[in-house]
Amino acid sequence: MERREFIKKSASVAFAIGASSAFGNFSDLLAHNYTPAKKNYDLVAVKGGEPDVMFDKAIASYGGMAHFVKKGQTVVVKPNIGWDVSPDRAGNTNPKLVERIIQHCFNAGAKDVYVFDHTCDNWTRCYSDSGIERVVKDAGGKIVSGETENYYNEVDFKGGKIMNKAKVHELILSADVFINVPILKHHSSSRMTASMKNLMGIVWDRGYWHQNNLHQCIADFSLFRKPDLNIVDAYQVMKRNGPRGVSKDDLVLMKSQILSTDIVAADSAAARLFGVEPNDIPYIKIADEMKIGIKDLSKLKINRIIL
Amino acid sequence: MKLASLKKLRVVISLIFFISITALFLDYGNILSPKFTNYFVYLQFIPSILKFIGIKNISFIGFIFVVIITITFGRVYCSTICPLGILQDVLSYLARKIKKKKYYSNLKPYKILRYSFLVLPLVFLFFGSIFFINLLDPYSNFGRINTWLFKPVLIWFHNYAASILIQNKIYLISPVELFFVKTYLILFPLAFFSLIAFMSLRQGRIYCNTVCPVGTLLGLISKFSIFKIQIEKSNCISCKLCERVCKSGCIDRKNKLIDFDRCVNCYNCLTVCPTDGIKYKFRFDHHLNSEIKEVDYKKRKFIASIIFFISGLSTLTRAQKKIVSKLPSKISIFKKFPVSPPGSLSLKHFTEKCTACHLCVSSCPSQVIQPSFLEYGFLGMLQPRMDYNVSFCNYDCVICTEVCPSGAILPIQLSKKKLTQLGKAKFVKDNCIVYTEKTDCGACSEHCPTKAVNMIPYVNNLVIPEVSEEYCIGCGACEYSCPVKPYKAIYVEGNYVHLTAKKKEVKKIDEKVDYKQDFPF
Repeated sequence: MERREFIKKSASVAFAIGASSAFGNFSDLLAHNYTPAKKNYDLVAVKGGEPDVMFDKAIASYGGMAHFVKKGQTVVVKPNIGWDVSPDRAGNTNPKLVERIIQHCFNAGAKDVYVFDHTCDNWTRCYSDSGIERVVKDAGGKIVSGETENYYNEVDFKGGKIMNKAKVHELILSADVFINVPILKHHSSSRMTASMKNLMGIVWDRGYWHQNNLHQCIADFSLFRKPDLNIVDAYQVMKRNGPRGVSKDDLVLMKSQILSTDIVAADSAAARLFGVEPNDIPYIKIADEMKIGIKDLSKLKINRIIL
Repeated sequence: MKLASLKKLRVVISLIFFISITALFLDYGNILSPKFTNYFVYLQFIPSILKFIGIKNISFIGFIFVVIITITFGRVYCSTICPLGILQDVLSYLARKIKKKKYYSNLKPYKILRYSFLVLPLVFLFFGSIFFINLLDPYSNFGRINTWLFKPVLIWFHNYAASILIQNKIYLISPVELFFVKTYLILFPLAFFSLIAFMSLRQGRIYCNTVCPVGTLLGLISKFSIFKIQIEKSNCISCKLCERVCKSGCIDRKNKLIDFDRCVNCYNCLTVCPTDGIKYKFRFDHHLNSEIKEVDYKKRKFIASIIFFISGLSTLTRAQKKIVSKLPSKISIFKKFPVSPPGSLSLKHFTEKCTACHLCVSSCPSQVIQPSFLEYGFLGMLQPRMDYNVSFCNYDCVICTEVCPSGAILPIQLSKKKLTQLGKAKFVKDNCIVYTEKTDCGACSEHCPTKAVNMIPYVNNLVIPEVSEEYCIGCGACEYSCPVKPYKAIYVEGNYVHLTAKKKEVKKIDEKVDYKQDFPF
């Protein structure tokens, strides 16, 4: 091969690789063929145990994780790993809970379980100090960075009042099953954070939300891809100084957990646990009005488990 | 031990230093611990002097070891410890491998040039500025070359590899975000690298013997070395072999003399001499030192008086010394002072001690430490500052304080760092989204680790930020996360002298939870 020819060829190969990364992955958007969950309950609430034990009980009332995860599917578990704080500060989802969820996924036959978050603090420190990186690896899952814009692909969705597109992490676009695992916390700007607010960690540009009516954006984005299951960790609940927290004094040990396929219902129940009216959290109210989910818990079939 | 094996020893030691120090600067994954860093930068001459002067602690006397080594054996430092010197050796070695390079030849000493480059930084230092030291310090230049030329290339390769793996759904390695590489940051190291590459390819260590102030200073010290490399005139056959391998060009074959001032102790000559004509000799062996010249006392007196004069001037100017800040312009936010890294005590301490080696820039996991442009004034150019447009200071991190070799950033305990106030957050309500758009935002308060920025009730059931400066540590999380463009609604004004923030006293939330009680829904 001539030198000139070699240079030309290698340049074109490099271009092809670059181009496929720029335009890739849209086909995956159409590839979801997971079956909707058979609804035994609209919502499962459990209290009085350790995070992993409570999850075992709660998921059993859906007939186990096999209800959501089919053999050979890929799963993405999205906890809150936003802050560089230790597990006892409850700024991030409880690692014991995350580990148990991944174990259940694999038991149900999952091919791969991915875990990531677009963190606020330095991502490597968040992953390690939250304890989540370790449990994911122990459980056989894969922890992926959320810190690179290349990982995010622009998607359009319908029905949003302000937001109709966003750059979303490619794992969310390609995974068969999406499990949302927020931790319930006080939040200085959105008042309270749980399932809907946790989806902010799967998009690249969070500043846009803050600039363009935060509450409306939180509701709008829930239209994009509703998680197949929301698991709200309310074991230790930060009641003030959220979402980062200043010290352990901000926490209350509530030993609770909420599971729901309805993201609005999950947040509505979480609000009640937190001690506020769902109506006082603007994005819950807006999401209910937009019929993204049901806020009124009296209309739901709820399984209440006290251990 | 045979003298010829000294060269092998020199090569091994130099490679250990060179590879380790290079690794420190290229360590984009922050794998290496600060302890490891400290071992290898401890002996770096200029940072060590500055740290010693700054801390006055007996444990930071790396430079004294260097002086002791020099006074015993000569400029061993230049060929084993100095990474910039070894870089030049590596370059000329590669050049010789590629192109059978011609041999070196004897060089003029260029005394005026050498001593000017030694005096100039000293003059500036007396005037209270380490500008020329930063410009010429070999270690710091080596750091900048690595940080701004080699590291970006390495990261590019890393990211290229990562992107190919991602195409195949392999998330084994994550791409690394490349920090804000600005043109001026590359230009200076590039120019400097080109200069030393050019010089070393042409004439070996000519840079070390004409420009480098450390080389010149150690050269002066090596005049008094106990052991010196000298030509044994009775054995020498004037075969020219030694002169041809001498990187410093300091061997004068015709007169059978070695200018030991300029010798960098590479020991190449010892290896090639066929007749035992070159020896490492004890200085007090009298019959060897027949060449002692008469001392010119007039010259010495003149130099002494210049130094005296300059030191007098320096105290006069020090009182007027001020950090020159950006001139006021039409930008709506005017920062009076930049923010210096935690542990740097004050802008004065920091700008007087920092050699701009950019090891903190390389080590900072959140990459908030970035080289300044004119924030510290022209003479402080390239000294790092906290750039809250790029990132913010991690609350639980003190890595920069552990790696700084010059003592510009002093070690600080994490608990103390968490209360060290680098600056104060200032809220600009007129820029704030809550005020202008009448919608909730609160990104600043979310990120605040001490909740010095709190959200308080505002009109229409909204919440708006309020800053309690006494709790603020100036980490810049609020400024970084504020989504308003182009001027932020909250920013950190640097403290000229770092202060101690107050710790928020809070009571444990008193809430009894009955786990057997039914759910509130």
